[in-house]
Amino acid sequence: MESKSYTTGSRDNANRNLEGSKTLMASHFLRALFRIQQTSTTRSSFAGRRRRIRRAAYASMAYSAGTRRAWSRALLRKLRSRARLRFPRRLSRAARPQRGDTDQAQVLRKLVPGGPGMDYCKLLEETADYIRCLTTQVRLMQTVMDSISS
Amino acid sequence: MSSRRSRISEEEIKELISNLQFLLPESRRRQAATRVSAAKLLKETCNYIESLHREVDDLSDRLTELLATMDITSAQAEIVRSLLRS
Repeated sequence: MESKSYTTGSRDNANRNLEGSKTLMASHFLRALFRIQQTSTTRSSFAGRRRRIRRAAYASMAYSAGTRRAWSRALLRKLRSRARLRFPRRLSRAARPQRGDTDQAQVLRKLVPGGPGMDYCKLLEETADYIRCLTTQVRLMQTVMDSISS
Repeated sequence: MSSRRSRISEEEIKELISNLQFLLPESRRRQAATRVSAAKLLKETCNYIESLHREVDDLSDRLTELLATMDITSAQAEIVRSLLRS
């Protein structure tokens, strides 16, 4: 395998992979939504239902990418351990002055699942895929919302 | 950490960073030829991911409200139709 395919071909391949993932994501997310609505009783709290929906969103992302990606493997581990899905938010007042690439890479590592275990190159590659997946999930949720409320 | 990538060239890093530039929302407004510093791109990438996480939270809120008031099984066909169209 040429080393070139690691980068230059990745954009085309990524777009092709996305079509199949979109369907997987949609079907997983929709099934979860139906399940959540059917199993929600008058006693289940808004916060509880919201937590389940949010979890379903990240789950459908993770399942669509499966074990192919480091970020999705990390996310799947988190989901299976039933740990709270939390992504750090940066404080608006910076704790330290920004000093260049390394600081931003550290911030990025905290935002991408599995980030801490990646070297710089891997982090950049995984970030691109994670962003593609996130934007697809967001669009999916928007579409579902629009069609329910219409 | 994969050792097969122990000699990553500057070129490959630049390529990976430029991939990220294409994914950012501002990239559509930006001229393709404009070079932005890696540090700035990473910062914008972090900001973008955070905003996407917030959008997932926000859409989860709104979907929770909708599910409480509407029966989505009756909207099934419309949902699938919209998804196929998108």
